[in-house]
Amino acid sequence: MSGMDWIAIGTLADIPLRGARCVNTPQGRIGVFRTAEEQVFAIEDHCPHKGGPLSQGIVHGASVTCPLHNWVFSLETGKAQGADEGSVRTIPLKVEDGRLFIALDVLASKAA
Amino acid sequence: MTERLVIIGNGMAPGRMLEYLLEAAPGRYQVTIFNAEPRVNYDRIMLSPVLSGEKGYEEIIIHGDGWYIKHGITLYKGHRIVAIDRAAKTVTSDHGVTEPYDKLVIATGSVPFIIPVPGNDMAGVLSYRDLDDVNAMLLAAQSRAKAIVIGGGLLGLEAAAGLQSRGMDVTVLHVMPTLMERQLDPAAGYLLQKAVEARGIKVMTKANTKAIVGHGKVEGVELDDGTIIPATLVVMAVGIRPNAAIAKDAGIDTNRGIVVDHGMRTSDPDILALGECAEVGGQVYGLVAPLYEMARVAAAHLAGDETAGFVHSDTPTKLKVTGIDLYSLGDFADGDDREEIVLRDAAAGIYKRLVLRDNRVIGTVLYGETGDGAWFNDLKKKQTDISEMRDTLIFGQAYQGGSPLDPMAAVAALADDAEICGCNGVCKGKITDTIAERGLTSLDDVRAHTKASASCGSCTGLVEQLMTLTLGDSYNPAAVQPMCKCTDLGHDDVRRLIKAKGLKTIPEVMQELQWKTSCGCAKCRPALNYYLVCDWPDEYADDYQSRFINERVHANIQKDGTYSVVPRMWGGVTNANELRAIADVVDKFEIPLVKVTGGQRIDMLGIRKEDLPAVWSDLGKAGFVSGHAYAKGLRTVKTCVGSDWCRFGTQDSTGLGIRIEKFMWGSWTPAKLKMAVSGCPRNCAEATCKDVGVICVDSGFEIHFAGAAGLDIKGTEVLGLVKSEDEALEVIVALTQMYREQGRYLERIYKWAKRVGVAEIKRQVLDDAEKRKAYYERFVFSQKFAQVDPWSERVSGKDKHEFRPMASVGFAEAAE
Repeated sequence: MSGMDWIAIGTLADIPLRGARCVNTPQGRIGVFRTAEEQVFAIEDHCPHKGGPLSQGIVHGASVTCPLHNWVFSLETGKAQGADEGSVRTIPLKVEDGRLFIALDVLASKAA
Repeated sequence: MTERLVIIGNGMAPGRMLEYLLEAAPGRYQVTIFNAEPRVNYDRIMLSPVLSGEKGYEEIIIHGDGWYIKHGITLYKGHRIVAIDRAAKTVTSDHGVTEPYDKLVIATGSVPFIIPVPGNDMAGVLSYRDLDDVNAMLLAAQSRAKAIVIGGGLLGLEAAAGLQSRGMDVTVLHVMPTLMERQLDPAAGYLLQKAVEARGIKVMTKANTKAIVGHGKVEGVELDDGTIIPATLVVMAVGIRPNAAIAKDAGIDTNRGIVVDHGMRTSDPDILALGECAEVGGQVYGLVAPLYEMARVAAAHLAGDETAGFVHSDTPTKLKVTGIDLYSLGDFADGDDREEIVLRDAAAGIYKRLVLRDNRVIGTVLYGETGDGAWFNDLKKKQTDISEMRDTLIFGQAYQGGSPLDPMAAVAALADDAEICGCNGVCKGKITDTIAERGLTSLDDVRAHTKASASCGSCTGLVEQLMTLTLGDSYNPAAVQPMCKCTDLGHDDVRRLIKAKGLKTIPEVMQELQWKTSCGCAKCRPALNYYLVCDWPDEYADDYQSRFINERVHANIQKDGTYSVVPRMWGGVTNANELRAIADVVDKFEIPLVKVTGGQRIDMLGIRKEDLPAVWSDLGKAGFVSGHAYAKGLRTVKTCVGSDWCRFGTQDSTGLGIRIEKFMWGSWTPAKLKMAVSGCPRNCAEATCKDVGVICVDSGFEIHFAGAAGLDIKGTEVLGLVKSEDEALEVIVALTQMYREQGRYLERIYKWAKRVGVAEIKRQVLDDAEKRKAYYERFVFSQKFAQVDPWSERVSGKDKHEFRPMASVGFAEAAE
């Protein structure tokens, strides 16, 4: 196997601006976020603090605030911002002609 | 025996005089005031912020009605004195009230000068003098049409900026070659003109008005070169004249104003005059500082101190237009005996000029950067020899004595007798001493005790720095607590500016108010969204991405990411059909927990997000709508069974609760709003710890509010007793609307009430029928757009994406 296997998950238009949708995978839920500046990011949909669904949070800049206890995460790095410590896994994502693809290495090995 | 003191006029000067007098000689006089304006004493300097929308009338009141009552002063509002009978020692008002006096104070102020051109009496020609003028301008501004301001002085420019920020297309006509020529040299006047024009206001200098044209009402202004500029509103702000007519009629000596000696005494020993109507030492005054000096002197004489005398001093001029910094003081004309130091920084838009004579500052003009104004004023006042620091003088105080200092150090370095508040003549030492002696901790306290920053407010920053200096880190400038890290503005400023500037979208707010982040944060966005929903109910499109998840999906998120659903049960009343529908839903969706809430509703917990629309669909078929148990909005109205069933019940509390809930459901509020109606004082519905509660009694309905039973526990305050259900509803709705318009986001009603004051709320929603009606009507209007059941909307497909995963990938069946 060379490079990554990209899996189609939908289109940019499926996600509201400054919003998020989630994608179910065997390893758990992934949040896919679209920022006001039309950047798209995918991260694990599970706050390391108390497991809050990050995809339900408010998206601001390239960050999201967890709906349960207001931890803020960078969508780019997955790191908690401010005084909180912790991080979520980021998932490779690419946009081609408005279509979105994510790469899940473990998935790829399973499918092979 | 108490002497009778009668005062004609109720402006800032006599108001201040009374404060001094009540302190120096309490109980000596029985005071009666006649005010031609139908209102209490307010801060006339702040009319420009009222016009621009940065402040409201309530915020500029100096003495409220309560103050007059407390001091036993009789205030005749809307009474103009038409005659003074010096022989009988009486005055008579236009309503026929005649009042005897032992001492009389004339404080009739000034009248605006109306230029003698044809058409100057047409409808649409206004002056800029009192609140009535401001209200008339606000009314005219609603048309968003063209306005002309005649006069490019202080008042004219403030009026122009205010009208422009209200959406009018404004042209300023000024007869001289540069703006504010009495306070600014031509260079600064030019910079000012550029700045005014950059705001979108047109400026025409050397413009001589020939006539105001129109048929019955204003259509434009004709200049002497024949040019006609169209406009529907003309504001004349070309100057004021002392209003000395009544004194002149009574045979008192007058010149330009009412002639007084340095003790404020007129030619009649029992009559004093002060304020803009008085002429002392051949001069008349229009700025507040010398008028307050007159107030001090007049009060001293009335209290028996014959030695007090008025001392002339120069007063700095500041323009109250947000974003334009300008300071002018003293004499800045050119002359052979004078030297000047000038600093220009075109890129930064800074111009500073000092005028010196014999190595002493005699005049200052600062534009663009005015922080050193107080220091230059101090040098001038003390006649300090500046030859030692001449090379760096123009750079300001921070550059004296070697290395530059931070602004706090500059304030720390000020002498104790350096003047901080020009309006009230308060120096640094007075402020720091008072803070220390009285243990003051808030800006409001400092204002109350020292008067510093209590008039025009332009020294607020300095006063706060002094508080920090005196109190160290323990001073928390609560007055300017920013909303969040995205802005320096507090909630109140943001709310006011949204209205004043007509901001109608979140990006517009962020752009116009200079947000520091590109799209806000999880703190400010929901707040802004609420403010816009509240202020523009018909125009604003709710931004769901700025709502917390609960309000976005209309259910309460739980710790495991599932949701709870609470259908509305009006007044806590249900029936077999509803209960059956709930039971069916619980079975069908295998809902793990069903629980009765503290607000008498049924809560179904543990529902998967994907199931929400289907759950609502089934509940909707049984007639349920959303219970808004998740909302910063009206939650529940809890009731007891009332007179229908209870042997103690005095009124139909259940019926009233249902009526209130049906009327008010769907409205958004700053924080959650819980209500209750109890049928008798035994209070089974626990109304006395709710945000709003009603206790029914035999004689009617006692309305309570501002209770809390959460993080804080607090009994309610009593708003008042009303006789009928209709009145109860109107008062509760008006109260809620006042809270909606003034509350800070997430501020519960009890915290808001503490901040605003129970008495003030009572005054506005209970005592003042007109205000109550206006609040009520605004609420009713906003409900037209708010009472849409969010559940049925979503059952019909709105925000579908919210409830479904975008995709499921990588599972065995998906991979094949």
